[in-house]
Amino acid sequence: MATEKPFPHKHVLSLADLSPADIHLVLQTAASFKEISQRAIKKVPTLRGKTVINLFFEPSTRTRLSFEVAAKRMSADTFNISNSGSSTAKGETLIDTARNLAAMNPDCIIIRHSRSGSARLLADHIKASVINAGDGTHEHPSQGLLDLMTVQEKKGRLDGLKVAIIGDITHSRVAHSDVIGFTKMGAQVHVGGPATLIPRGIAEMGAVVAASVREAVADADVVMALRIQKERQQDPLFPSLREYATFFGISREVADLAKPDAIIMHPGPINRGVELDPRLADGPRSVILDQVTNGVAVRMALLYLIMGGD
Amino acid sequence: MGQALLLKGGRIIDPANDIDNQGDLLIEGGVIAGVFPGSAPKERVAGAEVVEANGKWLVPGLIDMHVHLREPGEEYKETIATGTLAAAAGGFTAVACMPNTKPANDSESVAAFILAQAHAASARVYPVGAISRELRGETLAPLGEMRRTGVVAVTDDGQPVGNSQLMRRAMEYGTNHELLVISHAEELSLSENGVMNEGALASRMGLRGIPHIAEEIMVYRDLALARYTGRPLHIAHVSTRESVDLIRRAKAQGCRVTAETAPHYFTLTEAAVDRYNTSAKMNPPLRTAEDVAAIRAGLADGTLDAIATDHAPHSELEKEVEFDLAANGIIGLETSLPLSLALVRDGVLTPRRLVEVMSCNPARILGVAGGTLSYGAVADVTMIDPDAGFVFTEADIRSKSRNSPFIGWEMQGRAVLTLLAGRVTFRR
Repeated sequence: MATEKPFPHKHVLSLADLSPADIHLVLQTAASFKEISQRAIKKVPTLRGKTVINLFFEPSTRTRLSFEVAAKRMSADTFNISNSGSSTAKGETLIDTARNLAAMNPDCIIIRHSRSGSARLLADHIKASVINAGDGTHEHPSQGLLDLMTVQEKKGRLDGLKVAIIGDITHSRVAHSDVIGFTKMGAQVHVGGPATLIPRGIAEMGAVVAASVREAVADADVVMALRIQKERQQDPLFPSLREYATFFGISREVADLAKPDAIIMHPGPINRGVELDPRLADGPRSVILDQVTNGVAVRMALLYLIMGGD
Repeated sequence: MGQALLLKGGRIIDPANDIDNQGDLLIEGGVIAGVFPGSAPKERVAGAEVVEANGKWLVPGLIDMHVHLREPGEEYKETIATGTLAAAAGGFTAVACMPNTKPANDSESVAAFILAQAHAASARVYPVGAISRELRGETLAPLGEMRRTGVVAVTDDGQPVGNSQLMRRAMEYGTNHELLVISHAEELSLSENGVMNEGALASRMGLRGIPHIAEEIMVYRDLALARYTGRPLHIAHVSTRESVDLIRRAKAQGCRVTAETAPHYFTLTEAAVDRYNTSAKMNPPLRTAEDVAAIRAGLADGTLDAIATDHAPHSELEKEVEFDLAANGIIGLETSLPLSLALVRDGVLTPRRLVEVMSCNPARILGVAGGTLSYGAVADVTMIDPDAGFVFTEADIRSKSRNSPFIGWEMQGRAVLTLLAGRVTFRR
């Protein structure tokens, strides 16, 4: 009789699909892989002979590189396809692109796409594993996991923490994965920002909607500022970036309302001086670069758990 | 003309004549020649072809007052021929087709083309014309000329008439031509770029929502216009609780309003779009359980007058894509009756009320033939087996398109014989 796979998932599309035990396993595996990146020879043979395709329909530096570094450190072969060079520019549908890639027998496709649900669409049409590297305004599960890992590392626990997430909750796939992930692991997420950017029903995902940014940040263990997208000003969702910075940016004064040992996070890239005071971003409480380092470890763990291990 | 036909031993349900009893139905020369409680006198039916109804329901032919037949212009999705075949298989003897064809039905010539194509069709086809030229919402289409050609009503369905003055003028001008205006109620500034009901599920799926108020604000505006102009108004595809309440109140105040809903709005909730199921993407979107309950109550208490499918065929080209990019709408002609019969089993509708909302009322609202089994009326008749259990499969579909969220569903009750002017258009 076959023993149950410790990580019972073929795809990683949404943190909603993972149990707390699954998440715990990812974090534990990532913590053990982190050391590989600190060696002189930063490579293990674990995924030798596996093929990983990075299928990126949206510009991305950090996430694409992070996945590529992770796969290469595990000895997988990686290939990058970006939007401009791909056949979608010639009018091919996502499903056709997927089927053509699948015909080359990759083991895993990592997809970033501007449309919510595109990772699911891909997974429904091909045999390979799919990792969602951000689909529209839906989720960015590997970012959620690296945020969990970073907090776990700095705080020693997730359960019982107060996590404040400030900014454009509606359009942030990072915020959605974080709300689901932190809530599953026993933390209490408080969201704050302009009411136009707090989605209806976010409370049903487990978040507490704070009346103000100050209220959200008060006594928090973790303060996360989200990137504000400048094009959102046109919708109209808020009057100007200046007004956003004044009322919803994390200033030092606001950050001081959090616990004295609170950590400052940001999924990057930062609009310095808009959503986050630069002195906080570069200050001793900032863990922003730890997030990036942990991103590689988390992605190594995900690739290992869905492709390796047997 | 032709042999007489006797439908023997059915449950005859004819609300127009207050009939609901066992009996025989005689058809001669394409018209109803008699309804006989119990059984028909032998001498009266000598020589007639006999079809044993065995207790199945005999009702006036079903009428779907809201379908998209896609012809002219998108014949790869549906044609008047295939759409009416699907209609006949669903128990329908008549359909009213919406004007958002390519080109739009905004002129006499397009209306005349549709009517010409409909000559050989398996159901009566009543074209509904556009309110505005090219459905742009800017200037009035030639309403009088289209009416003269044969359109039964006007609407910009698929799009609301955003300009309140234009909507008012269409209703007022309709006075001269006895023309009914149908409202596609949607406040675009609230619904723009939305792809599903706004709420927790949309937030979780990362999809832009369409709030229920987008429908209700426009329902309210059009009710206000109907009251102000004193003209009749029909509201298409009602999907929300508050819309039902607004219409109920307007009716109580004497407003000349009628309204329809679709089977999906009393059967499914927004949960059907989970996993980005584009076969459940439509406009207005599927709503919540509360809305479903209100739609059911509205059908039961007479607030909603008709069940219409909003049959909207789309091919894989429009549906097997990212959810945001998928076209709105589902096919419905072949599932409407089974889904509506579920309301009878649930105790929401009586059999008589079902016949009212699927036949009598659509005929009355549109001012067309049918909806009755009166002596001398056109013999559009549907025989329904309310108990037949079956699984709805893709292979069953007569429509050219297969975009249905109900594929694989176990259903109960369907049409087994459809007669158009006494001629068999479908037999199972």
